[in-house]
Amino acid sequence: MENFTTILNNQTIPVADIPEVNYATFLEMNAGFIISSPERHCVNYFGYPVQNHIKLICCIADDNTHNIHVSSCLVNPSDTLDSFTARHFCFEKFEREIHENFGIGYKDHPWLKPVRYAKNRFDQSKTIANYPFYSIDSDELHEVAVGPIHAGIIEPGHFRFICNGEQILHLEIQLGYQHRGIEQQFLDKKNLLQRSTLAESIAGDTVVGHTTTFSHVWESLCGIQTSRDIEFSRTLALEMERMANHTGDLSAVCADIAYQLGNSVLGRLRTPLINFMQEWGGNRLSKGLIRPGRNQFPFTPELANRLTEVLDAYEPDFVEMNKQLFQLPSALSRFERTGVVSYDDVLSIGTVGMAARMSGLRRDIRSSHPYSLYPEITHEPILKHHGDVYSRVQIRRQEVMQSMQYIRDMIANVPEYIEQEPELGSPEPNSFAISLVEGWRGEICHCAITDNSGELIQYKIKDPSFHNWLALALAVRNNEISDFPICNKSFSLSYSGHDL
Amino acid sequence: MLDNIKIVYHQGKQYIRNTATTKVPGIFRGRPVISTEKVNETELIGLCPVDAISANPVSIDMGKCTFCGECAKRFPGKIRFTSEYKISTNERARLIVKEGEDRLVEVNPETVRKEIHSVFGSSLKLRQVSAGGDNSCEWELNASNNVQFDMGRYGIEFVASPRHADGIVITGPITENMAEALQICYDAVPEPKIIVLVGTDAISGGIHAGSSALNRSFLDKYMVDLYIPGNPAHPLTIINGLLDLTRKKK
Repeated sequence: MENFTTILNNQTIPVADIPEVNYATFLEMNAGFIISSPERHCVNYFGYPVQNHIKLICCIADDNTHNIHVSSCLVNPSDTLDSFTARHFCFEKFEREIHENFGIGYKDHPWLKPVRYAKNRFDQSKTIANYPFYSIDSDELHEVAVGPIHAGIIEPGHFRFICNGEQILHLEIQLGYQHRGIEQQFLDKKNLLQRSTLAESIAGDTVVGHTTTFSHVWESLCGIQTSRDIEFSRTLALEMERMANHTGDLSAVCADIAYQLGNSVLGRLRTPLINFMQEWGGNRLSKGLIRPGRNQFPFTPELANRLTEVLDAYEPDFVEMNKQLFQLPSALSRFERTGVVSYDDVLSIGTVGMAARMSGLRRDIRSSHPYSLYPEITHEPILKHHGDVYSRVQIRRQEVMQSMQYIRDMIANVPEYIEQEPELGSPEPNSFAISLVEGWRGEICHCAITDNSGELIQYKIKDPSFHNWLALALAVRNNEISDFPICNKSFSLSYSGHDL
Repeated sequence: MLDNIKIVYHQGKQYIRNTATTKVPGIFRGRPVISTEKVNETELIGLCPVDAISANPVSIDMGKCTFCGECAKRFPGKIRFTSEYKISTNERARLIVKEGEDRLVEVNPETVRKEIHSVFGSSLKLRQVSAGGDNSCEWELNASNNVQFDMGRYGIEFVASPRHADGIVITGPITENMAEALQICYDAVPEPKIIVLVGTDAISGGIHAGSSALNRSFLDKYMVDLYIPGNPAHPLTIINGLLDLTRKKK
């Protein structure tokens, strides 16, 4: 028997089929998968209690072969282990999370600082109020503390800058304020509609992304085959969500460089997109639209005509506004070479989505582990190579056009909806399921594990922001502190998706 | 320069002329109406993911409702969501819609604190605090200020510092990790000040109600001046709610 098992996206396997190996083998094998193989990355690595032990499960995705290698290891909470992080830095957050949740120690992890102060964390004496900030003792330096409440209408998080004059030497990002205990609630709430509603509230700007991922996990666990119209709706809604959020982010970036026209025009262009989602499903942010095993709001040819009208009106204004923005010297001088993260750095910290593609790292689940209708779309990820604000805004501009083309192609051929009673079934007992979806920010990964009666005993959620916050902290180094807002907005990361 | 003017010209007029009477597009789920039709009430109540529906008489609590529409889908003769977006009120009990009743949910000027009209009647500056909000209500509060909804025209704006604010707007179910920051922010707002709750999560905890990671004790200490329901609250619900609270006369 091999030391790992290989599965595909949206596949369910018996937990017993995941080989359990000793820790030394577990470490060597999984670190070995990643080292010198940029086409592989860790999509999830987590622990859950099994009797008095902690079972660690590591999932490594291979973008070339579309496979996911899964392996496991049983350890004691009192163990002090060699860290994966010492081999490859992309594991650092996962190991901090395992340490925070279960108290497992690591000998050679650079810094086991808290992740989110989860309610059921191991060490309750550590609280968000006594967070151990990194500091440098010097008369030349000063610290700037921002948050958790920020100047605008956004979610809470604390940023601590260490600056030399106007220049940022170091930024530390402390999160956890948004922690609502979502993973625990997935286990506590037994009703499917409650769980769907929970998935919708992981990140309210990525409703389609997270509910589609949850639905895929659930359908896979229950062995439900979804019809084409359901996957059509999900693919369409995912691309609409991408367009709406990218448009909104471009508007916000304009606000941060004080370009009022771009801010207003792009801000108002988001409205017809989300208003269309309301016409389709009754909610501007798509809450209530995606449900496991059923087509809650079938997409009709009438809606297709309506959407064509919306896009026909949107496109010329979007193109015209961006043409102007991207030739404006005062805008370009703020975008170019601001907030740079190199290819080596994004690879090292394991960023996903736009925060990988901005630096030439090809990470896009739509092409690497396709789901829903993406196998038919033959998606080609948009890559940039400078890793700066300019790369990030260019990706948004081009992805909006790409998504619009996908949507136009899709709605030219709306699948027929045949009304049928949803077959919900029940989850397979003693099973493990994994689902990956490319949300607008990047890769979303949900894993579920059931017990011998088919009840969920572990539900693990990974939002793209889990990795990408560190990229922001690196991006602002040696930049002026006045460029922080534009760096932050160009990443546009989720607090609630991170804090869960 | 000319290109900029061309862009402005191409936008046409974007603002919504009358934010109190405009129609929302499509199948918006606003204020529910419950008929007196007899249905299997146990099944109906069991359907709701957030226990917003109760019996004797059958009623829906919009402070708990996620507006998912599942009940209306399963019992179309019993429950119907109208496109009425003016559903904000200053009285918690008014958010509960009972069967057989089809009346507007609105601010009751009799119970609005006196100083709200006199002090905030023509200008209101608010400090928003997201305390576990999932960024949906936050997006809609931002949208209230865009060129279409343009809440600024009424003199209602969001400010950066609580010391410049006349009150706080809370979104999210109020997490334990955010409870202290919320208190500090509220304390920093000068008197007189108001508290506005936006969205189901803030009003009742929503889907997160009962989670041990929350700490909602802040709400036990103070009177809430306005409840703006929704999941997330629609910008028109937000704008009309704030206007009715500060300007609606007896």
